[in-house]
Amino acid sequence: MTQLALVIDLNVCVGCHACVTSCKEWNTSGSAGPLCDENPYGADPTGTFFNRVQTFEIGQYPNSETLHFPKSCLHCEDPPCVPVCPTGASYKRKEDGIVLVDYDKCIGCKYCTWACPYGVREFDEKAKVMKKCTLCVDRIYDMSMPEIDRKPSCVKACPTSARLFGDIHDPESAVSQAIREDGGYALMPEWGTQPANHYLPRRKTKLKIHMDELERADNPLKVDGQLPKPAKGAPSMDDVSAW
Amino acid sequence: MKPAFSVIFLTTLLGAGQGLFLALFTHQSYALFGLLPMQSAAYYGFGSALAMLFLGGGLIASFFHLGRPERAWRSATQWRTSWLSREVIVLPAFMGVVFLYGMVHVFGFLPEIVTLPSGLVIDLSVVIGTVGTLLAFALFVCTGMIYACLRFLREWNSPLTVINYILMGGSSGFILAALFSAVYAPTETDFFAGWAIIITLLAFAGRGASLVRNARLKPKSTIQTAIGVKHPYITQRSMGSMGGNFNTREFFHGKSVAFLRAIKPTFLVLAFAVPLALLALGMHSPTLLGATFILQYFGLMAERWFFFAQANHPQNFYYQTIG
Repeated sequence: MTQLALVIDLNVCVGCHACVTSCKEWNTSGSAGPLCDENPYGADPTGTFFNRVQTFEIGQYPNSETLHFPKSCLHCEDPPCVPVCPTGASYKRKEDGIVLVDYDKCIGCKYCTWACPYGVREFDEKAKVMKKCTLCVDRIYDMSMPEIDRKPSCVKACPTSARLFGDIHDPESAVSQAIREDGGYALMPEWGTQPANHYLPRRKTKLKIHMDELERADNPLKVDGQLPKPAKGAPSMDDVSAW
Repeated sequence: MKPAFSVIFLTTLLGAGQGLFLALFTHQSYALFGLLPMQSAAYYGFGSALAMLFLGGGLIASFFHLGRPERAWRSATQWRTSWLSREVIVLPAFMGVVFLYGMVHVFGFLPEIVTLPSGLVIDLSVVIGTVGTLLAFALFVCTGMIYACLRFLREWNSPLTVINYILMGGSSGFILAALFSAVYAPTETDFFAGWAIIITLLAFAGRGASLVRNARLKPKSTIQTAIGVKHPYITQRSMGSMGGNFNTREFFHGKSVAFLRAIKPTFLVLAFAVPLALLALGMHSPTLLGATFILQYFGLMAERWFFFAQANHPQNFYYQTIG
């Protein structure tokens, strides 16, 4: 069993939106037709995106920090959006675990979006069907591309390598190792959807200084100066005597 | 959630149609056992036609909810997993049975199917009516389960959702049956009005129970579990789009909190209190019953609007601030 997924490192994401634009560019140019944009230069622009980068402020000023949070379909291992689809347009591929929508079968009832707690499916107001992240299924198996390009468009675009792509069921894959060793977590685990995509938390490297490192344990009186010079024959200790 | 008018019309019209059919067959069942006088073929025939009118209206309304109505036939395929698909199958089946029920009455095609040991003759209309009754309840369950099965929408994820669809549809249908009888068979009006009072009271209790339940719900998801950061103060600064998007439109009712608050007493009065008061007056004239049905119908539409608007989807954690 293979379960392809993205692992997104929030520690590295700088919120540049390169993954968003790259995703949109690739997926609006494919054989599935464009992703609609309405009023792109107007006062109230709106459109269909598979991937969005959101920004959260954690904490309160002045002790706050910014978290950039890319969000796309999590390709749940138990996707709640799939069984509710009345037409079978939404399905999860057995061979690689990608959750897809067959745009030719979708009737646009939007019921699947009600059943997704993550809000990652977006209705295309022009095509009148539901659309969502495909993990660039039209890239990753395209043998006409060099192997290095057979990755989702967002992964290729990320300038900080915050997005990893691979099979999370293979324990030796880079994504599995990242989840295992760098604290990968799933979103809203309370619903049991088992999202395939994982996030790596913000990690801070801190220099831990203990008090006894600031204070010399061997000089509790903080007296600086020449150490005593016991007689040659007298017993002596290291660091306590001059020799 | 955003209340879509297509779905508001769909569920309220279907409820009235199903309730009317259930009322008609309840009457025939009473008549079968000699508890009420059997009515003319035209009575059951026209009654079924009226039910068909409401069911057809609901069916038409449902198409306005679809982006691609021309592909609607596909939605009958996933009945193994999807309650929506099951509804798509049960609705036309039920309409077909209601049509047959009316037809066998109108054309008097009532061959005897079986005679019970007590001498009771079960004719074709009774068999069709029984099947129709089962399908009417099946349709209520399908409609209710479409909402009740979504575990993230906790306001809906309760057996009360299904029970209330049955009771409110029944209330609406029995009032419609009383109105219909007031015109075609005035002697039978009290029977339907009596049942309408009982069912409306039950519906009031059921809807009240779900309001109490929903008021006490504690959210399972929080912004902390949504983004996986443990901190008491998390504020969204940007949701990743300069304007609105599908996620800001589909999951929010778009009205003020004050409006939402005003709708609740409105529907409680119009859908339950007013019909109960008018029915309890006991003056079952066609005008008064017509007013009762129409006022309650507006009340049920308000109820359905509130039902959708009150449901708070966890995806809203991700869509709070445009920027």
